[in-house]
Amino acid sequence: MSRINEKFSELNSKNQKALIAYIMVGFPNEKATMSTVRGLIKGGVDIIELGFPFSDPLADGPVIQNASTVSLERGTKIEKFFSIVKKIRKQTDIPLVLMTYTNILYHKGYSKFITDAKKAGIDGFILPDMSIEESKEYLKAAKDITDTIFLISPNASNTRITRIAKTSSGFLYLVAVYGTTGVKTRIKNYTIKAIKQIKKQIKGTIPLGVGFGVSTPEDVKKYIKAGADAVIVGSAFLKLIEKTPESQIESKIASFTKLLKKQTIQK
Amino acid sequence: MRYPKDGRFGEFGGKYIPETLVPAIEELEENYLKFKNEKNFKKELDYYLKQYAGRPTPLYYANNLSEKIGGAKIYLKREDLLHGGAHKINNTLGQALLAKKMKKKRIIAETGAGQHGVATAMACAVLGMNSEVYMGYKDTIRQKLNVFRMNLLGSKVHPVKSGSKTLKDAINEAIRDWITNVETTYYLLGSAVGPHPYPVMVRDFQSVIGEEIKSQMKKVNNKTPDSVIACVGGGSNAIGTFYPLVDTNAEIIGVEAAGHGLKTKLHSATLSAGSKGVLHGMMTYLLQNEEGQITETHSISAGLDYPGVGPEHAYLKDTKRVKYHSATDTEVIDAFLLLTRTEGIIPALESAHAIAEAVKVARKGKKSESIVVTLSGRGDKDVEEVQNYLNKNVKN
Ligand SMILES: Cc1ncc(COP(=O)(O)O)c(C=O)c1O
Repeated sequence: MSRINEKFSELNSKNQKALIAYIMVGFPNEKATMSTVRGLIKGGVDIIELGFPFSDPLADGPVIQNASTVSLERGTKIEKFFSIVKKIRKQTDIPLVLMTYTNILYHKGYSKFITDAKKAGIDGFILPDMSIEESKEYLKAAKDITDTIFLISPNASNTRITRIAKTSSGFLYLVAVYGTTGVKTRIKNYTIKAIKQIKKQIKGTIPLGVGFGVSTPEDVKKYIKAGADAVIVGSAFLKLIEKTPESQIESKIASFTKLLKKQTIQK
Repeated sequence: MRYPKDGRFGEFGGKYIPETLVPAIEELEENYLKFKNEKNFKKELDYYLKQYAGRPTPLYYANNLSEKIGGAKIYLKREDLLHGGAHKINNTLGQALLAKKMKKKRIIAETGAGQHGVATAMACAVLGMNSEVYMGYKDTIRQKLNVFRMNLLGSKVHPVKSGSKTLKDAINEAIRDWITNVETTYYLLGSAVGPHPYPVMVRDFQSVIGEEIKSQMKKVNNKTPDSVIACVGGGSNAIGTFYPLVDTNAEIIGVEAAGHGLKTKLHSATLSAGSKGVLHGMMTYLLQNEEGQITETHSISAGLDYPGVGPEHAYLKDTKRVKYHSATDTEVIDAFLLLTRTEGIIPALESAHAIAEAVKVARKGKKSESIVVTLSGRGDKDVEEVQNYLNKNVKN
C-alpha cells in the first residue's frame, strides 16, 4: 500500500478528510521552503505537493507563474530539488507528491526521473499537461514505484470520469473551476454537481480531491460537505509566503494550516 | 499520414493538454472531420479564398534573380500577394469558418510577428465574429503597426508580459484563456503546432499552397519542381508547401532561423539544434536546456522566434524526407536586399530565410533545374527592422 493510500485509510478511521498543501519549492528560496514545510506539518497538513518549476506553466495562474519564475531564477534545479525533498523526508513521514509539467520528466526519461524522485522520498506525481491518452510510457515507468494522480475536469463525460479514475492511483484531482490555478471565484454549482457525480461513479475505489481556487476555510468546508475526500490549497499558501517576513513564515503558515485543517475534521 | 487518428506523426505530436481542454479538443476534432469534406463548407471556404484573399497566387519566375545567380531557375510562390500580406489568411479563413459552423462566438489567437493576429482579425471581421489576440509584449513593440492594424480591424490585443514576452508566452496565455473560457471560446492557432488536431488541420488549410505549386509547375514545364524551399517557424507555410509534394521526387528543404549562428544561443533553429520534448500540447523538437526548461530564442524575424516546431516537421526530419537548414540574420538581410533590388519584391524577413537558401541551392544547380520558393509574406512590416539593422551594421 502506498504512503498516500495509507494516509487516506488512516484519516478515514479517524473520520477526517485530507488537507493537501501545494507549495513551489525554492520560492522564494530554500530556507523559506523548509520553514513553510515545518509550518504545514505543525498545522496538521496531511499531504504536501511540492512544485518543481517549469519555464512554461500553461495551467497555472499568475501566482504560481511568478513563483515558478522566481524559483528558476534562484537556481532551482532537479538535483537541488531532490536534495530538498530528502531533507523534508528526514523530518516527516507524510506523503509527498511532486507536481510539475510533462517535459521535465520526459527530458530526463520517465523511468530515471521517477526512480530518482522515489529515492528522494516522493510518493506520487501530478502532471497537469499529461492526458491519459499520452500516459502509457509514464504509467509504465511509475508502476509499483509511485502513484500517478490525474486531473479531472467538471466538464468530463461519464465515460471519461471512469477512464481517468481507472488510470489514476493515490487520489483523483478534480479541477474545481474552468481556469488556471489560483483564480478566486465563488464556489460554482457545476463543481458541486461534478463532485457528487464523480463520487457516485467511482464508488469509493479512489479518494477524490478538489483543488484550483480553494483558498479559505469556508471553501474547504463547502467542498467537504459536498463529498470531497481531500481539498488542495496552493496559491493561498504562496500568497501568504509572499507577504510574510521570513522569520515568521513557519508560525503564520502553521496557524493558517490549522484553520484549514479544522474544517476537514468531522464531528 | 493523411489523417493520423491518434494525432501522431511517428512518435511526434499527440495531445498533452490540461484535462479541461479535452472536451473542447474532442469537439474540435469531431467538427473538423465533419466539415472538412462537406460540400457547402468547401464551397464557402473556396469562395473566400478566391474572392476575398486572392487565390490562386501566382507562381512567378524570378528571371532577374535567377540570371544574377546564374544557376537553376528560381520560381516564387507569391503568398505575399494575399490579402493581409502573408499565407496566414489561408488558415484563419478556414478555422474562422469552422468556428462559425461550431457556433462559437468568441475567437482567441496568439501572434508573433502580428501577421497571424492580423489575418485572424480580418477573417473574424469579414465573418462577423469577435476576436482577441495575445501577443508577447516584446513583439507588440517590435511590430507596433500590426497592433494598430489589429485594433483597426476590431480585434483586442492583449500584451503578454510573462516569461520571455514573445510568441511562446503568447501561446501559453491563449491556452490559459481557453482553459478559462472553454465553453464559449474557439482557439484559432496560427501555425502547424499544438495538440492534435491542430497540426493536421492547419496543414490541410495551408496545403492549398503546395497543391497550386504542383499544378502551376505542371503548366510551366510539365513536371514537378526539382527543389522546394520554405521557411520554418512553427512550420505552417512550410508544411502547406511540402505536404502535397512529399510523394514526388522533389528535394524539399525547410529553412530555420539561425539568428547569430547555431553555435551561439541566439537562434531559433529548433530542428537543426534542438532535442525532443513536450510543449504546447505536442511532442516535438524543442530548444531547451539540460533540465528540460525551454530556452529563449532569437531571430531577426519575430515570426520565426519560437522554441518549438510542428510535429510533422519533426517526423519529416527524422525520416529524412525533408532537409532542414538554417540562415543567419546576416544572410537573411543579404537575401532581403537581393530580392528587393533584383525583382522589386520586398519579402518578409521570415520569407527571406527561404530566399537565402534558394540562392545557395540555385548556385549549385543547372539551368534546366527549377526551384520553387514559398514567399510566405511581404516585407512592409519589416522595413523599420531592416533600417535599424543596416544603421547598426553599416554595410551597403
Ligand atoms: C510571413 C511569415 N512567414 C512565415 C511565418 C512563420 O510561420 P510558419 O512557420 O507557421 O509559416 C510567419 C509568422 O508569423 C510569417 O508572418
